[in-house]
Amino acid sequence: MGETADLVVVGAGPAGLAAAVTALAGGLSVALVDSGTAVGGQYWRHPPDHARPAIPTADLHHGLREYRALRRALSTARARGRLDLRLAHHVWSVTRDDDGFTVHSVDRRRAPEETAVALRAPRLLVATGAYDRQLPFPGWDLPGVLTVGGLQALLKGGGVAAGRRVALGGTGPFLLPVAAGLASRGVEVVAVCEAAGPSAWLRQPGPLLRNPAKWAEGARYGLTLARHGVRLHPRTAIVAAGGTDRVSSVRIASLAPDGSPRPGTERRVEVDAVGVGWGFTPQLDLLVPLGCHLTDSGDGSAVVAVDTGQRTTVPGLYAAGEVCGVGGARLSLAEGRLAAGSVLADHGAAPVPGRRRLAAARATVAGQRAFARAMARAHPIPPGWAKWLTDDTVLCRCEEVTAGAVRAARADCGASDHRQVKQLTRAGMGWCQGRICGPAVHCLVAPHRPYAPTERLIATPVTLGVLADLDDAGENTEGAAHE
Amino acid sequence: MSRFSVDGEPLGFTEGQTVAAALVAAGRVAWRTTRVGRRPRGVFCGIGVCFDCLVTIDGAVGQRACLIPARAGMTVTTQEDDDG
Amino acid sequence: MTLHRGVSALKVVVVGAGAVGAACAFHAASAGLDVTVVDRGPVGAGTTSRGEGNVLLSDKEPGPELDLARLSRALWDEAGDELGAASFELEPKGGLVVASTGEGLAALGEFAARQARAGVRVERVDDVRKLEPHIAPGVPGGVHYPQDAQVQPVLAAAALLRAAVERGARTRTAEVAAAVAGRNGEVTGVRTAAGETLPADAVVNAAGTWGGELGRRLGAPVEVLPRRGFVLVTEPLPPMVRHKVYSADYVAGVASSDAGLETSCVVEGTRGGTILIGASRERVGFDTTMNPAVVTRLAAQACRLFPFLRNTHLIRTYRGFRPYCPDHLPVVGPDPRAPGVVHACGHEGAGIGLAPATGALVTAHLLGRPWRGADPAAHTALLPDRFLTPKGAAQ
Repeated sequence: MGETADLVVVGAGPAGLAAAVTALAGGLSVALVDSGTAVGGQYWRHPPDHARPAIPTADLHHGLREYRALRRALSTARARGRLDLRLAHHVWSVTRDDDGFTVHSVDRRRAPEETAVALRAPRLLVATGAYDRQLPFPGWDLPGVLTVGGLQALLKGGGVAAGRRVALGGTGPFLLPVAAGLASRGVEVVAVCEAAGPSAWLRQPGPLLRNPAKWAEGARYGLTLARHGVRLHPRTAIVAAGGTDRVSSVRIASLAPDGSPRPGTERRVEVDAVGVGWGFTPQLDLLVPLGCHLTDSGDGSAVVAVDTGQRTTVPGLYAAGEVCGVGGARLSLAEGRLAAGSVLADHGAAPVPGRRRLAAARATVAGQRAFARAMARAHPIPPGWAKWLTDDTVLCRCEEVTAGAVRAARADCGASDHRQVKQLTRAGMGWCQGRICGPAVHCLVAPHRPYAPTERLIATPVTLGVLADLDDAGENTEGAAHE
Repeated sequence: MSRFSVDGEPLGFTEGQTVAAALVAAGRVAWRTTRVGRRPRGVFCGIGVCFDCLVTIDGAVGQRACLIPARAGMTVTTQEDDDG
Repeated sequence: MTLHRGVSALKVVVVGAGAVGAACAFHAASAGLDVTVVDRGPVGAGTTSRGEGNVLLSDKEPGPELDLARLSRALWDEAGDELGAASFELEPKGGLVVASTGEGLAALGEFAARQARAGVRVERVDDVRKLEPHIAPGVPGGVHYPQDAQVQPVLAAAALLRAAVERGARTRTAEVAAAVAGRNGEVTGVRTAAGETLPADAVVNAAGTWGGELGRRLGAPVEVLPRRGFVLVTEPLPPMVRHKVYSADYVAGVASSDAGLETSCVVEGTRGGTILIGASRERVGFDTTMNPAVVTRLAAQACRLFPFLRNTHLIRTYRGFRPYCPDHLPVVGPDPRAPGVVHACGHEGAGIGLAPATGALVTAHLLGRPWRGADPAAHTALLPDRFLTPKGAAQ
């Protein structure tokens, strides 16, 4: 199998885009792979290029100037044959051998048809981002309850609001842009329930003062929300959702200092959609099986360990963006540039973007990481959250495993990690493989350790027929010969 | 507006929307029934992680409606998990 | 073996909380022995959690392993009666072995006839689609083994361990570092990595794939090696595969000593609706690396056997390390070099199926008399003595 490029980048969000563009500028050939139908990741999620006039979303975005500049750079490189852009390609496994990495993907541009595509390169950069972290509550499995990211994705990707009367809940600064986006599209945002207290940020003044851009961004959302009469309710949480075939109400409670609901403070609010999110879980599925060391991010999740040049502990493997710790688009962009700088240096190519710009990127990374740590401290998972779970609350949505069953596994069998809970209860054994319930189950049985996902050797479902054809074609026997 | 069919009924969509976005735009948030509890489900994470939004598309089962762009003439069948 | 101390309870430390260790603890505690189970991790976290939960007679040639398997099959039923078969998803689904050619069918028939003479129930099947409607057309025939069964292995280990605790056993999370020896070289306890000593009259080596290493630490080395296997798990489906279905060459794979990659197709449904696809065998040490070539090969074989699988999604793959001895027989019984050490490991891919009989046999060795149908005199081929030279050293 020949080399596809000097570098494969998986993930075309801010980190992957910045990395690809930087590596291309340094003269490398790059294959950029993403499961989406447009570049931009979740942060700059867009409809596919051909549909943009019909689905205007520019008003929902920030930093579009940068996004457009990155896209222009990609187009130029593509026209020169140096960029192999693989949209709607889903990577199901990455393997490493003496000469580099093989990225095993399926091309789903004509989904549901799928075609196997293997990409090879001596170096690999993983920038697969993160997804919303969930803390279950009674009724969270009702239709109309979405992740905040899900509401945002429908809005940015399809111009669709999932409801007309929406309550948002959870913790973290991401609630604000989603609320602002929905409000600006005419949705009545009836409540934004933030579990942290109103002064949580003020206890972390240093990193905040050093990030005036974040103040400005926050103020912009604040103005939008004020204009639409949206109220932020600090130290509250959505503790239950009601409805039969669709959510029709939520119960909102004030939270005690430990994050448990204060008895007697619950009030019922009628809604037709709900968005919830408790920070983010890094998407480490491609990194864990390669044997990368992980480290504690400080926000409850394990992240991939990288050096100051974004090198993982596996030679030739680099990581950038939320897989290294959740911290926003500016951090991701800077990490992407740094990672590509290291790829170039390790490749023996000319130092682009140059020492001064690399130093600037390093400074940005340091500042943004400090800010992210401050945010994580200001928006922790409330320790008492599990008090709003009833025994019949579904924790694992796929296998419909209840909180009672998980608690029993802990009490009767001493289950002390989510893998053990899975073996005993099936929580995490279904379609999503614990991606959604894993962090919550972990919080229930091992709240004092950061959540590290179970190893998932198959990163996305793929039909057995496609795999069988690979074997019949003999394309994949290289590995077998090694055995 | 282009159309695809959902369980035999036509559904209009804007070119570029996913199947899930088109369904939600039409006011539908649930289209799957779970295997164990027979509960209604629809779009949850919206980005391909949770698999709540599975539908059958042109005969292919287990497709994530939130990832697949709607195409004119597509046949979408909502999924009872026991139907396979 | 003269470990039995009359009426006072013999102190037994079982090292390993997998299916085999849990079964040893269950039987020993049921016999009134004073049992402590020690494992560095939670119950069933090793190879137990990496297999399909096979309880098979069909893949075993007449001989010592089949003798143990037949007893074990009966003891799984007893455990089901005693602990609740549903609590560990004991499912007597039956096995269906299919041949792909007329020649293969003849060889399979001959193999099955020998098994039948050894007491296995076998039924020749001409039209395999009557048993498995979704199997590929053109399969010339097969053999149905109604006694083959499946359990959910971690639930089974947990149920056995829980029952052992109800019968007085204790569990400890610790890593065993060494045996403590008495004046005459007999074991008087084990020392943990944390420096703690657990007194014991007998130590059971139920450390599975790590049984070789534990044997060394106990002064009773046995050669137990890892043989890697991948299992593919599909999306949940309505029932499509009723039996454990596999191709006749699986038996050859189980018995083989080839170092290279071998795959032989095994397909079965589970209570959860997923379909499990095995089985690959590689001797690559404890290498945990993902090997897509194995996954694609197993997928191809499974799709040939059940064509509907072509449109079914693979959602998970996991791999584990089967503990095997060079002669592919488990090692069960007291080690003459270290009085007090009793081995119960090296079951390769059959550890779940063989667990209850192994537990009963270990208990019989400890008691010095038969226990629950396990008579040490009937299973001498499994003793560690077979690896020892006349001087007592490992060969």
